[in-house]
Amino acid sequence: MTTPANTVTLEEQIDQWRSYLLRRQAIHSVDVAELEDHLREQIAGLMNAGLVPDEAFLVAVKRMGALDALSREFAREHSDRLWKQLVVLPSDSREQGAGVRSDAFVAFFLAVAAAMLIKLPELFGMDLKENESFYARNLSLFVLPLLTGYFIWKRRLGAKTVPWLAAPIVAAGVFANVYPFASPGSTESLTALHLPIALWVAVGVAYAGSRWNEVAGRMDFIRFSGELFIYYVLIALGGGVLTAFLMMMFKTIGIDAEWFIQSWLIPCGAAGAVLVASWLVEAKQSVIENMAPVLTRLFTPFFAALLVTFLATLIWTGRGLDIEREVLIAFDLLLVVVLGLLLYSVSARDARMPAGPFDVMQVVLVVSALLVDAVALWAISARITEFGFTPNRVAALGVNVILLVNLAWSAVLYIRFLRERGSFTDLERWQTNYLPVYAVWAAIVVIVFPPVFGYI
Amino acid sequence: METMDFNKDLIAASSTPIVLAILAKKDSYGYAIIKRVQELSGGRMEWTDGMLYPVLHRLERLGYVEARWEVAGSGRRRKYYRITSRGKAHLTDERRQWQAVDATLRGIWKALSIFIPVGTAAFATPLPQGA
Repeated sequence: MTTPANTVTLEEQIDQWRSYLLRRQAIHSVDVAELEDHLREQIAGLMNAGLVPDEAFLVAVKRMGALDALSREFAREHSDRLWKQLVVLPSDSREQGAGVRSDAFVAFFLAVAAAMLIKLPELFGMDLKENESFYARNLSLFVLPLLTGYFIWKRRLGAKTVPWLAAPIVAAGVFANVYPFASPGSTESLTALHLPIALWVAVGVAYAGSRWNEVAGRMDFIRFSGELFIYYVLIALGGGVLTAFLMMMFKTIGIDAEWFIQSWLIPCGAAGAVLVASWLVEAKQSVIENMAPVLTRLFTPFFAALLVTFLATLIWTGRGLDIEREVLIAFDLLLVVVLGLLLYSVSARDARMPAGPFDVMQVVLVVSALLVDAVALWAISARITEFGFTPNRVAALGVNVILLVNLAWSAVLYIRFLRERGSFTDLERWQTNYLPVYAVWAAIVVIVFPPVFGYI
Repeated sequence: METMDFNKDLIAASSTPIVLAILAKKDSYGYAIIKRVQELSGGRMEWTDGMLYPVLHRLERLGYVEARWEVAGSGRRRKYYRITSRGKAHLTDERRQWQAVDATLRGIWKALSIFIPVGTAAFATPLPQGA
């Protein structure tokens, strides 16, 4: 029954089927190998039952399931493989092209809108130079509502979700502007700093859409945030070069362009760039694929070495920390960096891989950061009453506690994973579940701190 | 042997305990797992073959099963799955839940006392030959 000619055709057919599968981004070659083994087994079974190779191949392929449905299932399980194409593959490439174009159109329209929005208060006499504190408090409100709108449009979020997204934005607008801040003061700058953090989580809800309740959905948002930051920095660098040339060239013809740069180019560019960068992260994924994890891998060893050396020196020399007033903020920043390194290596890691040397490095990094921070906290707790509880210090202390709790439990989960007592997914879940904590703390700082500390 | 049309959610929900229970007996690979499901259900449950693999990968990611590649007798590389202790614990948990569901439904069916034949002709589709 199996003539050589038939066998060749069967192999060819399997080859063709394999190449179809390999074209799907969600199905990696290792999965194709697994599926191919299945297909061959099925074909062998069917041929034993008396089918000719052609028939056996057709039945086996049919049972495997439609390729579209199959790759959708793979995409759902391995969403990290194509996290940026959240809407899973419109198979028609022309349709896809049109989608990208209309995305670009909407993104640039919104970028222009953000650029105009930031100039809008000037029409009502709110000059940028004289009302710096107004702009500082409301900075995120010029941009993030438009970004939220972009994702509402892009994810086609229903009318039921929109009020939930609008509510925090309206609340932010109210709390940023109704309090009688003593300007310039600590509570005012704390509001300016924390409002964007609280609102960023609202953006996240819009970004992830219906997937906000899933670990994978929130993880995608973390990835998006990291990539957005990198794109934004790159755009800012480009903008800096453009500005420098603009200054220089107009100077040669005796015109000072500084007023234009100060009041138009920088504010409008900075606002619009957020929208453009967000669109770029989603549209140009193959250009800078997962830059944040690459940087993370590069710098984790250096930071681990720095922290371990610092701890060793501390023990060896027996020096105490020189506790300055603002030392807490420095250690907060250290924890933020360590958390970022942890977060972006977690986000890029395949949860199914066994533990490796890099994981040990991560644990060393996190544990040494915890120890350094513990030393700092212990040193500062002795003198905090002496310094007094200013809003800045309470906020810094709160952030420190929040990050400390996160990193401490992350270390526990990571060590469990290294000892094969737990899965890597636990760590992912912990990190993604922790996101609302930052938003709640930021909201507390914005809403509760000013009245408690008397708007100083 | 007749296959039944199953509710998609039901298939999705039951796939975890079924796969874990099959692996708890002995290590296995995709094709053999699907064959085993057919046998155990008397041919009534037929999964679309490809859909098993995302399920296996999810269980692997959650740490319920471990995978290894082996070279089978035919010379092909084959991915075997083994249940972990976490997987066993999860299976116990799932089993308790399904038993509760089962007991509840039994009670309800009894109380209804309406005869519902299993595998009604209206829902049955003939099995593609060669199984």
